[in-house]
Amino acid sequence: MRDAARPYEDIVVAAPVTVPYTRHSIKSAHWFLAQALARLIGSARIRKTDIDGLAVSSFTLSPDTAVGFTQHIGLSPRFLEHVPMGGASAIVQLRRAARAVEAGDAHIVACIAGDTNHVDSFRLNAASFSRFARDAVYPYGSGGPNGSFALLTAHYMRVFGATPQDYGKLCVAQRQNALTNPLALFRKELSLQEYLEARPIADPIRLFDCVMPCAGADGFLVMRRAMAKKLDLAHARLLAAIERHNGYPDDPIQFRGGWALDRAALYDQAGVSPKDIDFLEAYDDYPVMTLMQIEDLGFCGKGEGPEFVRRHSFTTQGSFPLNTSGGQLSMGQAGAAGGHLGVVEAVRQLIGMPLGAQVEKARLGLVSGFGMINYDRGLCSGAAILAAPGGRKKRGKR
Amino acid sequence: MGSPVLTHLVSDIVAGRLRVVDLTHTLTPEFPPIVLPPEFGESAPVRIEEISRYDAGGPAWYWNNLSFGEHTGTHFDAPIHWITGRDQPNNSTDTIPLDKFIASASVVDCTCEAAEDADYLLTVSKLREFEERHGRILPRSWVLMRTDWSKRAGDPVAFQNFDATGQHTPGPDVEAVRFLIEERDVVGFGTETIGTDAGQAAHLRPPFPCHALMHGAGRFGLQCLANLDLLPATGAVLIAAPLKIRQGSGSPLRVLALVAA
Amino acid sequence: MPRRNPLLALDAPVVPPSARSRAAQGLTAAAALGVFALQRCENCGAVQYPPRDACVECLSARLRWRAMERGGELLSETLIRHGQELYFRRRAPCRAGLVRLDVGPSTIVALHRACEGAPSRLRLRLALDKAGQALLIGLPEKDVPDMADDPIIRETTCAPRARKALITDAKTRVGRAMAEALVAAGAEIVWAGFAAPWKPSPHLEALRALGPVTPVPLDVTDESSVRELAGSIGGKVDILINTAEHHRPGTIASRSGIETARAEMEVNYFGLLRLAQAFSAALKARAADGEASSTAWVNLLSARALSNDPAHGTFSASMAAAFSLAQALRADLQASGIRVLNVFPGPIEDEWNALVPPPKLSPEALARTVVDALERGLEDVYPGEVAKDLIARFLENPKALERELAG
Repeated sequence: MRDAARPYEDIVVAAPVTVPYTRHSIKSAHWFLAQALARLIGSARIRKTDIDGLAVSSFTLSPDTAVGFTQHIGLSPRFLEHVPMGGASAIVQLRRAARAVEAGDAHIVACIAGDTNHVDSFRLNAASFSRFARDAVYPYGSGGPNGSFALLTAHYMRVFGATPQDYGKLCVAQRQNALTNPLALFRKELSLQEYLEARPIADPIRLFDCVMPCAGADGFLVMRRAMAKKLDLAHARLLAAIERHNGYPDDPIQFRGGWALDRAALYDQAGVSPKDIDFLEAYDDYPVMTLMQIEDLGFCGKGEGPEFVRRHSFTTQGSFPLNTSGGQLSMGQAGAAGGHLGVVEAVRQLIGMPLGAQVEKARLGLVSGFGMINYDRGLCSGAAILAAPGGRKKRGKR
Repeated sequence: MGSPVLTHLVSDIVAGRLRVVDLTHTLTPEFPPIVLPPEFGESAPVRIEEISRYDAGGPAWYWNNLSFGEHTGTHFDAPIHWITGRDQPNNSTDTIPLDKFIASASVVDCTCEAAEDADYLLTVSKLREFEERHGRILPRSWVLMRTDWSKRAGDPVAFQNFDATGQHTPGPDVEAVRFLIEERDVVGFGTETIGTDAGQAAHLRPPFPCHALMHGAGRFGLQCLANLDLLPATGAVLIAAPLKIRQGSGSPLRVLALVAA
Repeated sequence: MPRRNPLLALDAPVVPPSARSRAAQGLTAAAALGVFALQRCENCGAVQYPPRDACVECLSARLRWRAMERGGELLSETLIRHGQELYFRRRAPCRAGLVRLDVGPSTIVALHRACEGAPSRLRLRLALDKAGQALLIGLPEKDVPDMADDPIIRETTCAPRARKALITDAKTRVGRAMAEALVAAGAEIVWAGFAAPWKPSPHLEALRALGPVTPVPLDVTDESSVRELAGSIGGKVDILINTAEHHRPGTIASRSGIETARAEMEVNYFGLLRLAQAFSAALKARAADGEASSTAWVNLLSARALSNDPAHGTFSASMAAAFSLAQALRADLQASGIRVLNVFPGPIEDEWNALVPPPKLSPEALARTVVDALERGLEDVYPGEVAKDLIARFLENPKALERELAG
């Protein structure tokens, strides 16, 4: 095995903020991102100029990138990242920020993501999502991500025997989790029956398999533990993080993601194993991916996902708490902030300040990110293991 | 000082004592052009291309660009049109002496013969018959062969009258042409058909005698005439002035006849 | 075909999304010819899809488009019920599949209704969609009856069956063969254009005996004739086939004066322009008019349009002008989905190619090729051996062809 990445030295995540989501907005992405930054500063009780590192992700900031945004909000960071990786952006921002802070390239990095949602944003984004999508996917029904994930779902169901009931169980549980979350856009109870009979979107995907695109933003701060203590900030500790892009390129169709390539390194870096994880914030763009993450992050073997679903319960009080804020499926997907939603919820759970229900004795959380169906598969995958403040739970070196 | 003839000419026209008869077909794209075998260069039919008509191309005006061959529609043949006339003096439409454009006309009625036989050839004896009734054909006058063929102009197929052996339209025979030139000194010959020569005149000797001999003698031709049935056998005065084209071999023109009312 | 209710609003034509990268236009070029081609790396042999600028395996830039085997396995499919684009919403639900090609890459394809569910074997076809861009279609391994009735096949082809066609000059052997071929292909009406009614034509006479054929006066050199016919039948023409041609062999030096060349331009170039100005609007308007919608404009050009044949120098030039104009027409009609099919035959067996040695193309073979191209939805056709030889030599080295044609 090649040299493992260095463990993270006292890197913490603090000040989880959310700019409340709305279905549509006439505002710009700049507005939502600026609001996220303002909330970060307010929550951490720091000055804007204390932020010397910035990472930004957005689908609707064009023609600006992070660079234009710095001048828009009057920031002069010495570390700047524009991360265009969709739902994997949060994990990637976290990894970049952590190493920058470790190296002393920045002291406090603001990691933000957000998007507006105009009435035609979804169509315009889908129409020019990527070169391969424009050349080889969009002309085949212009279904956008719904069509692409439908193909992955149909294949997974056929090969591994997942049923609509399996997926429905996850969606119903997540909706249950959202009922106590005041920021969730969907807080009406969902029954399995309603899930199964919902309007088909792109067979076999139905209405409640799909996230609702919305406007909004999320953010968090990355700093050294000493800085968090100095600022008297509640925080979670970063134990480990992985990312992978264009994993398994020779698979004829995507049935596993990059996490499977790097999960050993993830748990090794954290010094824990899957059974030590108290809750999972998985990227739930569609339930087919949630199942894939459960398998590829080592909670069960490949193809054992359906059986795993049938054996467990996924509410905040269940045997396998999953997407405890309701996930994107019940909160909404604020564009590139979809992955930040998981980091922010994980930190809230670990510092004991969730928006909704609290996972009992939440000490270790795993956040997973995924994104960018460039052509026929999601290219970006990432995951991070966060711990509650206080003693590190470690099983000893291997 | 004016001329009393001219004064009376105008006042007689205004008073209706003289009538102006139009012997001309309207220039339209549908009017059949002369057609030659495909290996030869082709004469252009009339084409009217609108430049503007009170529109974006010209908000307050309407006008067209025209194109046509020199021998399209009701038209004049100048001697230079035929190889036999190429060395005649003053043989193009821009050099023909102007006095030739105003001349009296004899109208020879061949309607019955033409109705029976589309290839009818006007003969010397028919001309002598005409003279017996109406008097000697005047020198420096037009001889017009009336066949009522112009009434076919609305039906291009009938007007051209082609079949597998070519065109079948009436015209003069060789001797008649010679007679008109040598014995009567006419200014030219006119027909209602597509050519001054008969449709099958390629087979006469010489071929196309009305072109070969008339133009060879410096005389002119008029084709696709209309309304010859409105003219008296003698006495009409024709005004037939072709366009003044440099080295013109002919041109469409307005042929007017002045007749007593 | 039942008559349209004239009180109902006509669907305005919309086309699928048309943006493509330059590399992806290699698919368009193949589809225009009816070829199934993908990029293959000349260095390592890897087949690429989607189209790329560097080999996905070895990074080599030596990617060349090559005809490929068409087999593959269907791994998954979906029915897209709510596409984002108007074109797909009108045609919802759209059946799409993910196919692993035998030659390597995975492709997303439109599925013919006769394809079985996954897992199953498929054949692929590359066709032009209504935007004139390439589309991969999955077909069942073996043809089934009524293959062409599938909605995707209908959208990517221009079949004459049950449609109304105008042939601009039906007095020649080519015009006659074209009319007969359309009738044989099931056209409902064939308007047979004729100019100069006083010039009899045995071909036109023979066509009068065919039920679907209606002779109509049309002189493409006469603006008023073109407008009058367009006013009369333009709103019903589904396929316009421009067979009008004026051809006189000869080099530049073999004639004096430009009148013969002008006559060639008048028919071959200006004739096309007049037809385009008079008939385009109605053709475009009915491009989404149900099953018997307007669908195609066919230009019978000449392979001599590609590179001048000096023995037919002015004719070649007039056809080159017509070719360029036909490209402008294609751009003009693109937003409506009307296919412009340009046909480049080599010398035809007619009086104007009498001195050209064989092989020559018979009018009947030309007509059959055109009908076949319409039924396959092609865009560029080179009928006959000479045409195929000319385009191959032209693409390989146009300067060499210039010298070779000069003799």
